Amino acid sequence: MKELNELNLPENLGYTEDHEWAQKTGETIKIGVSDYAQDQLGDIVFAELPTVGDTFNKGDEFGTLESVKAVSELYIPMSGEVIAINEELDDSPELVNEDPYNSWMIEIKPSTPEEYDQLLSASAYMDLLKG
Amino acid sequence: MKNGVGTSGLILDEPLLWEKGKKGRKGMSIPHSDVPQAPLDEELTGTPVDFPDLSEVDVVRHYTRLSQWNFGVDSGMYPLGSCTMKYNPKINEKQAATPQLAAAHPMLDDQYSQGVLQIMYELQNYLADITGLDAVSLQPAAGAHGELTGMLIFNAYHQSHDSKRTKILIPDTAHGTNPASAALCGYRAIALKSNENGMLDAADVRELMDEETAGIMLTNPNTLGLFEGQVRQIADIVHAKGGLVYGDGANMNAVLGVADMKKCGVDVLHLNLHKTFSTPHGGGGPGAGPVCVTKELEPFLPVPRAWKDGDIYRLEQDRKDSIGRVHGFHGNFGVLVRAYSYILSMGAEGLRKASQLAVLNANYIREQLKDTFHLPYPQPCMHECVFSDQLQKDYKVTTLDMAKRLIDYGFHPPTIYFPLIVHGAIMIEPTETECKEDIDQFIATMKEIAREAKEEPDKLRNAPQISKVRRLDEVQAARCPCLTGPTLPAEQ
Amino acid sequence: MRYLPHTQEDITAMLQVTGNKSLEDLFSGIPDSCRMTNEWQLPEPKTEWELNDHMQAIAQTMKVDQNFKVLIGAGSNHHHIPETVKALMSRSEFLTAYTPYQPEMAQGTLQGIFEYQTLTARLLGMDVVNASMYDGASAFAEALLMGLRIGKKKTKVAVSAAIHPHYRATAAAYLHPTEFELIELPYLEDGRTDLSGLSGLQDVAAVALQSPNFFGVIEDLAGAAQAIHEQQALFITCFSEPLAYGLLKNPGKCGADIVCGEGQSFGLARSFGGPGLGMFGCRQPFTRNLPGRLVGETKDLDGKRGYVLTLATREQHIRREKATSNICSNQGICAMTAGMYMASLGGTGLRELSRLNYDKAQYLKNALIARGARLFFEAPIFNEFVVEFPHDFQPAHQRLLEQGIVAGLELSKLYPELKGRYLFGITETTSRQDMDRVADEVQS
Repeated sequence: MKELNELNLPENLGYTEDHEWAQKTGETIKIGVSDYAQDQLGDIVFAELPTVGDTFNKGDEFGTLESVKAVSELYIPMSGEVIAINEELDDSPELVNEDPYNSWMIEIKPSTPEEYDQLLSASAYMDLLKG
Repeated sequence: MKNGVGTSGLILDEPLLWEKGKKGRKGMSIPHSDVPQAPLDEELTGTPVDFPDLSEVDVVRHYTRLSQWNFGVDSGMYPLGSCTMKYNPKINEKQAATPQLAAAHPMLDDQYSQGVLQIMYELQNYLADITGLDAVSLQPAAGAHGELTGMLIFNAYHQSHDSKRTKILIPDTAHGTNPASAALCGYRAIALKSNENGMLDAADVRELMDEETAGIMLTNPNTLGLFEGQVRQIADIVHAKGGLVYGDGANMNAVLGVADMKKCGVDVLHLNLHKTFSTPHGGGGPGAGPVCVTKELEPFLPVPRAWKDGDIYRLEQDRKDSIGRVHGFHGNFGVLVRAYSYILSMGAEGLRKASQLAVLNANYIREQLKDTFHLPYPQPCMHECVFSDQLQKDYKVTTLDMAKRLIDYGFHPPTIYFPLIVHGAIMIEPTETECKEDIDQFIATMKEIAREAKEEPDKLRNAPQISKVRRLDEVQAARCPCLTGPTLPAEQ
Repeated sequence: MRYLPHTQEDITAMLQVTGNKSLEDLFSGIPDSCRMTNEWQLPEPKTEWELNDHMQAIAQTMKVDQNFKVLIGAGSNHHHIPETVKALMSRSEFLTAYTPYQPEMAQGTLQGIFEYQTLTARLLGMDVVNASMYDGASAFAEALLMGLRIGKKKTKVAVSAAIHPHYRATAAAYLHPTEFELIELPYLEDGRTDLSGLSGLQDVAAVALQSPNFFGVIEDLAGAAQAIHEQQALFITCFSEPLAYGLLKNPGKCGADIVCGEGQSFGLARSFGGPGLGMFGCRQPFTRNLPGRLVGETKDLDGKRGYVLTLATREQHIRREKATSNICSNQGICAMTAGMYMASLGGTGLRELSRLNYDKAQYLKNALIARGARLFFEAPIFNEFVVEFPHDFQPAHQRLLEQGIVAGLELSKLYPELKGRYLFGITETTSRQDMDRVADEVQS
């Protein structure tokens, strides 16, 4: 497992205490899990994701990631409606391990865009990991 | 140290069934037809099923070779914690195969099946006696099935008291079957943390227990191998709020003749006959998970049960408060016969002695290995002891590596990574049927592995070396599941 | 006691190491208030020879013993079991192993179960089959729960009244504490299930049929599949005689989504109803909703083929309260046994044996009709059927019992409306001579 100083935490993302990240791309938000989360879970074998059109409130469970011997719930960082799913993960869940920040899971249209500002910055998230 | 019993032998390879055989062969005798062939609607007729055709010798060699890649209690020590892998007496197999019992049809009138009903009736009574509880159903087919039955009884009991309960207390040391069984009955599991000594505190239960909580599920001795000293106080608290106490009897092998489950405050208890009562586990099953209850809960037990009416054994047909059936017939009857035979062979004294020696063996191992491996809960244990890999961490060696290395030495590894509250857990349950010499050899092997961890860690990381296969790629198996062999073109 | 290896010397030496004064001292952590003080009423321990005598004495009280011809299936079928299957399943490397948690030491069990999964999948026409459930009844209950999981917000399941009454009772017990509703579909005059009520139902996650059903009648599965899928419901089928699919079109081909049933016919003794074998399979898209264990193929570090338990994240030891089932121990050795039996039969043997069962059942059916009995349900049957006799059959039943034949099961306990009708089950073990004797009793 990675030491904390080995983790990659890009500055341009918002993070949650549950180790998801959110990225603004124009009007929409892409959501994935952090380098820390993928490293803790180990080899990811399956991603269970919602369907387009599902709506969630901030903090709702929207899917799960599975390794061989663990299941990790995914919690949505912001409220909104799912407008796209990363279907690549269906066949290649290992992409989450290889490149966690390009391997987004869902894209949403946020219902409360200002929720983005409540997310943790990279440094605040690192402080959280340091405990 | 002396080498373990593990050595490489001649291991024969064997393909999959459908990679051998030839169309037209037959591996069993089929009676000649003595009746005319009857017409059959073509609409209903299927294409022939694509099974390989094998001769009798093909089949015998196939499975004999497969069996040689397996390790059972008859092969060697199998200290799999929480599984009670004790010796499975051969004589019990013979009893289960008694022709009259093996041929018994489950739907005949009682008068034609007295023998099987007698066995069920007497076994019900023996298990009640042994646990201290009042009434028994033999229907559940395994431990988890017993848990489900218990939860259905909880539900029926609360319903009969017009009480709607939605939660249940489950300790963090519990087997996963407990929350899963409770969830089937719609109960939300409330986690109960164990204290720094690995045990439950009555004070925590007092805080969480309320009138929306159906009760508590507890395993005693718990999965750390410790007897819950406050079980009686905990039961009193739960009862005071109208709740019930479920006892997971997975670890009963520790306390036969010592603990009285009714006095512990348990209302429903399941036993694992394939653990405590020596029936073979068959590489996955069948087990049997009889459920024992107090007088008060007897009306809710599944039907049918055996009872005695004068000199006649009968199956009760119906009981209005019963939860109904949880099995097509009478549970895993063949397993019940084995457990019945075991109890008759052991007698009261033998069963008590079994628990004493199981606990002696576990404590002996704990004492001999406590300086070699980290012991997160250092107090004396019951039938199993739980270590961790903390002392080996510095060498970048894990519990998994050590477990795999045990295979090279000819031992089945202990249970690993359970209970979840111990990081890198190594849970050792020797059982009473292991003799001192074998246990000494196991201890010496564990010490040798600890030495290797420090001095030759690669030996552990690359273990096992002499098994039929080396470590298998479980990630690949889960990413691209291959759960059946190929479908042949003819079938498509 | 011969299972307990410790000598007094061993005990003394070991107690010295643990620092205990006596064996009793090991239990000092158990409070007095929890202690067993009752004297057990268990019999004195028996030697091997005494136990043999005791069991023999009990066995002798079985009025209907192994020499009887029991012409009843009803979910527990009498088929010949080859000696090879008995011998191979008794190999203690299989029998005395635990669940294959350490695959390097359990390749025998794992490959054997993988083969069982494959052959069973081929038999049932399913993409995936699990490593077993407890029995047909509990498998049926789990299939309904699986249908409800897949159906997400739907709250109802509909089951045919021609499904084994014990399977339905088990499903009812499993579903009782839940919010789900179990609806019964009646059977028609010809013994098939009446699906006409289906169109009026809302919110149905799954519809279940048994084929051949409890009356032995072969359901129109393909027709049912269409009607059920039109309702956007899943089609579950169950069975208590897997041998039927050696001859009949399998449920997968007919459009079933989930198939479950009792596999006891494949090499397991009736043994008063257990241990049996819950067979359970589904179409590929539902794999992650399956209850129970699955064995999968993979490779070891050297690239050698091997087998492991896989997709375990569905199961209780990982997903706990969110698991697809609470099942842990299953019927491992029974699944291995069924694999051995299917391997022994082969495709050719399966067809032949299945045909033989069919032909024999038709023979008795026709013989009874010829003597004045009436086939109560007229839809096609496999190896069981229901008949109605011109006059009370009970005296004939009794006479046949005295000759060592149990001539069918009277149905009033299971279906009060079928009082006086008998369900017969015929297999390859029934001779023409025995069937003629039954028919002759009807006439006299």
